[in-house]
Amino acid sequence: MILQTAIYLAFVIMSLAALLNLWRLILGPDAPDRILALDTLFINTIALLVLLGIHFGSAVYFESALVIAMMGFIGTAAFCKYILRGDIIE
Amino acid sequence: MLIEILISFFLLVGASFALIGSIGLARLPDFYTRLHGPTKATTLGVGGMLIASATYFSVGGEGLSLHELLVSLFLFITAPVSAHLLAKAALHLRVRTRVPVPASFDEEPQGRGR
Repeated sequence: MILQTAIYLAFVIMSLAALLNLWRLILGPDAPDRILALDTLFINTIALLVLLGIHFGSAVYFESALVIAMMGFIGTAAFCKYILRGDIIE
Repeated sequence: MLIEILISFFLLVGASFALIGSIGLARLPDFYTRLHGPTKATTLGVGGMLIASATYFSVGGEGLSLHELLVSLFLFITAPVSAHLLAKAALHLRVRTRVPVPASFDEEPQGRGR
């Protein structure tokens, strides 16, 4: 009972956080702002996937969380490299 | 019962830290201050949620659950690296700030780890 309430509350809080990130992603005045918002959205998605795993009581969500963590880092690194050098793979 | 309260506590603390990080991202005045919110608060929030998940699956499942350790280790390694890259990209673009960008940034010796 307590755990179910906490899980639903955490879902609501994380969705609110994701909406704030989306707001910054749309509004962000410069390119680094948008990249940072995208990176934060990736991290929030990992948290949401972990929550979903607890909610359904299944451990298959960790693989997807790990894959999304890797994709987020590689994406951020590639965007920053593109801004810094004008090219990703030199 | 006690375990449930512990898991709920970690879940709510983690979610609150993530929300605080996102509020910082949305509300702080310029890019270099905005960089603080997600890189510290959100990473800590996800860490709290992963502790909750590890506790849940260690108690309910079979044996100790160590998948979460992998995810949190990866996040804790990559968060400072991506923050550093973002700050460097913003300095390169000379993003508008409250304090002037140091003039010597683009005069570093080239071809050495840059």
